[in-house]
Amino acid sequence: MTSNQTHERAVQIARSSYGRLLAILAAKTGDISAAEEALSEAFKRALETWPDKGIPNNPEAWLITVSRNLILDYKRSAAVRLQSAVEVEDIQELVMSQIDPDEIPDERLKLLFVCAHPAIDSKIHTPLMLQSVLGFEAEDIGTAFLIPTATMAQRLVRAKRKIKDAGIAFSLPDQSQMQDRLESVLEAIYGAYALEWDSPAGGDIRDDLAFEALYLADLLVELLPSEAEVLGLAALLSLSIARRESRYGEDGEFIPLDMQDMAKWDRLKLSRGNVLLERAQKLGQIGRFQLEAAIQSVHCDRLANGLTDWNSIAQLYEGIMRIAPTIGAAVGRAAAVGKVFGSETGLMSLNLIDPKAIENFQPAWATRAHLLEELGENEEAIRAFDRALSLTVESPVKRYLQHKKNQVA
Amino acid sequence: MRYTFLLYRNESAMDNVTPEQMNEARAAFVGYIQALKDADIFLATDWLLPSSTATTITLRDGSRRIQDGPYADTKEQMGGYFAIEAPDLDTALEWAEKCPAARYGVVEVRASAMPA
Repeated sequence: MTSNQTHERAVQIARSSYGRLLAILAAKTGDISAAEEALSEAFKRALETWPDKGIPNNPEAWLITVSRNLILDYKRSAAVRLQSAVEVEDIQELVMSQIDPDEIPDERLKLLFVCAHPAIDSKIHTPLMLQSVLGFEAEDIGTAFLIPTATMAQRLVRAKRKIKDAGIAFSLPDQSQMQDRLESVLEAIYGAYALEWDSPAGGDIRDDLAFEALYLADLLVELLPSEAEVLGLAALLSLSIARRESRYGEDGEFIPLDMQDMAKWDRLKLSRGNVLLERAQKLGQIGRFQLEAAIQSVHCDRLANGLTDWNSIAQLYEGIMRIAPTIGAAVGRAAAVGKVFGSETGLMSLNLIDPKAIENFQPAWATRAHLLEELGENEEAIRAFDRALSLTVESPVKRYLQHKKNQVA
Repeated sequence: MRYTFLLYRNESAMDNVTPEQMNEARAAFVGYIQALKDADIFLATDWLLPSSTATTITLRDGSRRIQDGPYADTKEQMGGYFAIEAPDLDTALEWAEKCPAARYGVVEVRASAMPA
């Protein structure tokens, strides 16, 4: 193998096993930062030695051993500095003379639970996952979140220090805490997806985020195959991502779901999403993500006969409003009700929402504008379009709303 | 790891506490201390007089300065603490949740900075 090939292979291993290796090291030490440093040094050494000596039979075990020794060395010198004999003894158990390749445990689930621990600020849950499980650099995460690199790096460091200092355990929550804790993990994964979906302003990094969210959701399915909402989230992401190519037209303008070109939908992702959703529903624990996935699934059923079953969609939104009400779901319900019972009823449904809550919520104003337009209330419709436009930063949606407004005016 | 629970509560609300309620609270704390001891994780505790009895002292500005009153004059004041030994934060939080003080106030959980 040439040095170039070796380099490529090392990079490949890094990409595919980063999160798995980091989780093992972090779970053993409780210190994500130390694990990150050691692992990155181990990868560096791999690139230096593998081209000469060849790639070891079990590269992951090699990387783990080197990383562990590095952590051990570091802790030893720290212990000597602190003159703490106890700690030197404690860390002896870190050393593993022989690592059985089949025995490398998967600690990523514990790492996901640590990243989304309630003792950690929920705003940093998603960035922490992106960094520690997927190996994203703080710079890229900052770009995606529209936050300066230094600020993002500082927040990540602070969160990792809290995990270590406060003694947050790398363990699975017990059954009584499981649902709450799992919800935070799902929220954080969904956060990565929503970031890309809501505003593609962050460029290429954001383009990847939806796929990274799907990767994390799939990983969670692999690790917790009998949790209905885990399956629900993976189904939702798979179904949504299946349609991503059809969201924008040739000129980059936004295309609403019911006008999208179905030929551009990814059939494989659609059927995978539907299979996951079916599996989830068989478990008989309804939840928000399953309902959201079901709405996506109904939209995608248009593929079969060209029709959208708005009645089902309205009912599914009603379900979300009962178990996990959000402004988004309330507006979605109003839009669906408008399709089923007419624009006037849709508008009534929209008017039932607390005006203060939707004052600055763009989808509410866009929905209001459409409903008013259908009722022939052109002047009011234009006012609603203007309000929606003033709340839109994303240019494809802006162009679409402007176009609709011009049609009315 | 050693964890300390700092118990905060609204002091003015304490003015309306009846002697019966006070006895109940005392009994609850006695039971809690016993539970910590039974679990072999109890280290120390104290229940403090109101912050109106507090005195602060500092040499920070070069000279000895003594003042009447608590350090921070806020509505929620620290009224006591527990120190326990627990393997991790989740375990510490489980015990903090059981602390009677969590029912009428807020319990801040902090890990010790001293080496074990």
